[in-house]
Amino acid sequence: MGQIEWAMWANEQALASGLILITGGIVATAGRFTQWYFGAYSIAAGVFVCLLEYPRGKRAKGTTMERCGQKYMTTVLKLFGPLTRNYYIRAVLHLMLSVPAGFLLATILGTACLAIASGIYLLAAVRGEQWMPIEPKPRQRPQVGATIKQPPSNPPPRPPAEARKKPSEGEEAAAGVSAGGPQANPIPVTDEVV
Amino acid sequence: MMGCWILHEGLTIILVLSWLGVNLYLFIDTFRWYEEEESFHYTRAILGSTLAWARASALCLNFNCMLILLPVSRNLISFIRGTSICCRGPWRRQLDKNLKFHKLIAYGIAVNATIHIVAHLFNLERYHLSQTEEAGGLVAALSKLGNAPNETYLNPIRTFHTNTTTELLKTIAGITGLVISLALILIMTSSTEFIRQVSYELFWYTHHVFIIFFISLAIHGAGRIVRGQTPESLSLHNVTFCRDHYAEWQTATQCPVPQFSGKEPSAWKWVLSPVVLYACERIIRFWRFQQEVVITKVVSHPSGVLELHMKKRSFKMAPGQYILVQCPAISSLEWHPFTLTSAPQEDFFSVHIREAGDWTRALLKAFGAEGQAPKEPWSLPRLAVDGPFGAALTDVFHYPVSVCIAAGIGVTPFAALLKSIWYQCCDSQTQLKLSKVYFYWICRDARAFEWFADLLLSLETRMSEQGKTHFLSYHIFLTGWDENQAIHIALHWDENNDVITGKLSFPCLVGVFSCGPKALSKTLQRMCHLYSSADPRGVHFYYNEESF
Repeated sequence: MGQIEWAMWANEQALASGLILITGGIVATAGRFTQWYFGAYSIAAGVFVCLLEYPRGKRAKGTTMERCGQKYMTTVLKLFGPLTRNYYIRAVLHLMLSVPAGFLLATILGTACLAIASGIYLLAAVRGEQWMPIEPKPRQRPQVGATIKQPPSNPPPRPPAEARKKPSEGEEAAAGVSAGGPQANPIPVTDEVV
Repeated sequence: MMGCWILHEGLTIILVLSWLGVNLYLFIDTFRWYEEEESFHYTRAILGSTLAWARASALCLNFNCMLILLPVSRNLISFIRGTSICCRGPWRRQLDKNLKFHKLIAYGIAVNATIHIVAHLFNLERYHLSQTEEAGGLVAALSKLGNAPNETYLNPIRTFHTNTTTELLKTIAGITGLVISLALILIMTSSTEFIRQVSYELFWYTHHVFIIFFISLAIHGAGRIVRGQTPESLSLHNVTFCRDHYAEWQTATQCPVPQFSGKEPSAWKWVLSPVVLYACERIIRFWRFQQEVVITKVVSHPSGVLELHMKKRSFKMAPGQYILVQCPAISSLEWHPFTLTSAPQEDFFSVHIREAGDWTRALLKAFGAEGQAPKEPWSLPRLAVDGPFGAALTDVFHYPVSVCIAAGIGVTPFAALLKSIWYQCCDSQTQLKLSKVYFYWICRDARAFEWFADLLLSLETRMSEQGKTHFLSYHIFLTGWDENQAIHIALHWDENNDVITGKLSFPCLVGVFSCGPKALSKTLQRMCHLYSSADPRGVHFYYNEESF
């Protein structure tokens, strides 16, 4: 299956489980079901899981899409160092959190989902994955001269002038230079640092 | 502006609203039925409104589960596209949005599933509580029904000394319900856009849990746990009168003990046809997999691009379409999409494959694209091909003027198109509606697509040989900058010149086609609305999107 980053899926699954725990907990508490206090626990556990799982970890390769506003929780998670980095700890934590919710029917789906997330985290941990915070890219002051890109030195491929019977039109300026010279840019190039 | 948007997106909006309307109608109609139906009066006495909530959402679930397999039956969609029933324009474009419909229906399933689960949680709790000592009156009397012989039960929970979880796991509905919910959640968490980008294989393989989903759905109602009074019992037992005389049911002949029966399962009736249709779809894919694909030419371009020319019996394509390719030697389950880069007029079909992941890397290696000596034809791995599947570019020929914009790898479908345009315009027999093509190509540097640059060059030469130099006008924007900046430059360049609208005779339709990043298509869509004239006699830019 190639290099699947299991932790990414475990993260989505755990976040979904957190939401399901919260929903089940609210139903049980609001409906005053038998043993509804498990529902209250479930809401608390669900909120905790959601906060823990909200900041996405960085992928091993490629760019990672951040969740909206996740940098605040990322800062908090970084403080815990290995506790949040290590996926074995997360797997065990999620398994333990899921058990009490299993005593109540309304939250049993949350238990099952969180247990599955725990299993996927275990798989990720076995494969050596780790949670790495997504750091904001530092703004670099560019050095003048190094960032001015040279326009392409070769013109786009053109047949010899005899074969081209097109009259020169305004929009042909992109290609309307004689072969051999440097490409003149259709509009003035300004270096915009983003 | 708003008016233009409505005009262009109108049919999609109508379809979505229709779907929503049918959902609402089914929900409300079922809800009212269960709230008012006499045979469920006693069930309602125990459960209250949550019975109706559960049943209404169940019907919507049946409806949506019936629909969900249809937008992903690729061959069915290609078949519909091929027939002339809904051939042109707006209806064809809806077929291109099939994945969006699939996702919309999935969200509908998720919402209804949530309502259904929550309602049944309440139902189970109420059934359980009605077995307590404190439960009085009618509810208690109803719950005791079934204890004596000759009595049918109403309350599936027979005693208070149990818990709802155990009771759930004793019923078919409960177990299958849990399995269905888990399957749905696994499918949804592995289908987020992020996961699809991280690992398409994970998304694809996990999605096959839908098989478990549909099997469990079909047997979900087999336990007949939704119970209502039988018609015979209703005729003997007048509910309106007898509900207040429950103490006398055992004795009085005026109110014999009410008899109940379970509702028979109906989900299988809804999903049977789409499941059979989808099974046929997969069989067609398997059959196409078995068909022989002859590789007639392998070209390894210096830019790391592999060009494959293939032949397959009765393979017919249109420019802009794509095929699914499988290489059993690499992976027996993976099918990967590639746009066709040959024209229909050629006697072979071709794709250009660039390294973009594990599978493509392995394919390039297997075909000797890594600079070693060319491989012997007999040592090349076998390929299977499914398709071709439809895409929007076939509409290019239906407009008098077409504007094609390609960014980066999005240039591939236009290879087939431009070749096909050349064949058609140089064939003096065919009278083309299309009279002018503007082609814009934006990419970081042309090296990765040097095969396409060669194609453009040869097309231009051949067109000028035929004296049709004015037919195709192309512009290449090479940039090592951010693609967004390049797109910005490309689009605003023409804003100043107003080239296209200035040269057209009114009324005119201009088809705009693009293939590239989402930012490009969003901007182009906006531009098309902006520059389209509100006057039906003016110039209209119709935007067609291509996406994988």
